[in-house]
Amino acid sequence: MNKVNRFFASRWGIIAVGAVIGIIAALLQKLGNPGNMGICVACFERDVVGALGLHQAKIVQYLRPEIPAFVLGAFLAALLFREFRARTGSAPIIRFVLGMFAMIGALVFLGCSWRAILRLAGGDWNAIVGLAGFAIGIGIAVLFLKMGFSLGRSYPAKPVTGIAMPALMLGLLIFAIWYPSPPLFKTLKPVTGKIPPGAMYAPVWISIIAALVIGFLAQRTRFCSVGAVRDVLLMRDTHLLCGVAAFFAAALILNLILGQFHPGLAGQPIAHNVHLLNFFGLVLAGLSWALAGGCPGRQLFMAGEGDGDAAIFVLGMMSGAAIAHNFKTVGTGPNAWSAVIVGLIVVVGIGLLARE
Amino acid sequence: MDEGRNVDARGLSCPQPVLMARKTLMELGSGEVSAIVDTMTQVENCIRTAESLGWTATYEEKDECFRLIFKK
Repeated sequence: MNKVNRFFASRWGIIAVGAVIGIIAALLQKLGNPGNMGICVACFERDVVGALGLHQAKIVQYLRPEIPAFVLGAFLAALLFREFRARTGSAPIIRFVLGMFAMIGALVFLGCSWRAILRLAGGDWNAIVGLAGFAIGIGIAVLFLKMGFSLGRSYPAKPVTGIAMPALMLGLLIFAIWYPSPPLFKTLKPVTGKIPPGAMYAPVWISIIAALVIGFLAQRTRFCSVGAVRDVLLMRDTHLLCGVAAFFAAALILNLILGQFHPGLAGQPIAHNVHLLNFFGLVLAGLSWALAGGCPGRQLFMAGEGDGDAAIFVLGMMSGAAIAHNFKTVGTGPNAWSAVIVGLIVVVGIGLLARE
Repeated sequence: MDEGRNVDARGLSCPQPVLMARKTLMELGSGEVSAIVDTMTQVENCIRTAESLGWTATYEEKDECFRLIFKK
């Protein structure tokens, strides 16, 4: 076990896992997931929220099994390697709000940091603007960290607190298997002539196994797209960045092989080219994720390890998805700018006020 | 060991434990420093940072936490 642990903690370990996630993402797209969206934590959580009827955007309602399987994969890894520790108490309400605005920002760009990288690997140049915003958002968080930003300590909790999120996710997974696709999407296909994103998905069992593997490996290596940028800015530490670079490179290579690389700015799948919105959407999301201590994927994996605060962050993101669709702040929606501006004011306020 | 050579980073989110350990190691420059964290993630992060600064690091699990010892 010690040898395995050492490999996962090593630079080659994170590079290998990053590459595996990139390969799986490109394959999931080939097998049916939406364009440049083999994996997107934000979009998939939004689809799950839609499938539960918490927002009414019918084209993005599907109980994506990847989300619960990410958490459960991490949960299994944490149990197996004796790392499951129930803990909570580090400003849960603030984490909820950060999650909410992280999602609102991500949905303005139309993707989380994972999808931003996958969009770039698929030739969507709009992602460059988004990733620049993402890095700037993390840079602002780094300034707050240098000024003493902290959400305070978490404390050991009863096991039931740590198990709550994995249990909730197991419930969702059972729903996903039992009722994989609301029949609505099947009738939408011929009517619109264009398949809505919520009706594009890889076979359920393949999605589940793929996401369990990712959850397991990411828990072991602490794969984090926000940490990748943050650690370079803060400490010139490129460990996590190597993993993210491998994720990008593997997805790019496989996209080229599978014919999924279509370079350009216009006509990209589930994307828009209003650059300022793409930029500021991910400034907001990057800042929110960095203040909460990790990217949306990492928050799911930490929730699987028993971190009740990360679980609250995930629920905040899911609420943010419902708000974003109900208030029409998604993409170039009529209220997108208002949401980004309000979000930046709130999150910068948190950054300034939550200090040691 | 005096107060300045002990880092208590239990329960803190990334990247605070590493930042605290790193700050102490850089300020002191040499000698022995201990740190206490509560997840293996933070153990690994602290060891990586300490080694990049030329310190050696060991750790042991104790009472649901991990005690790290850095030496240079």
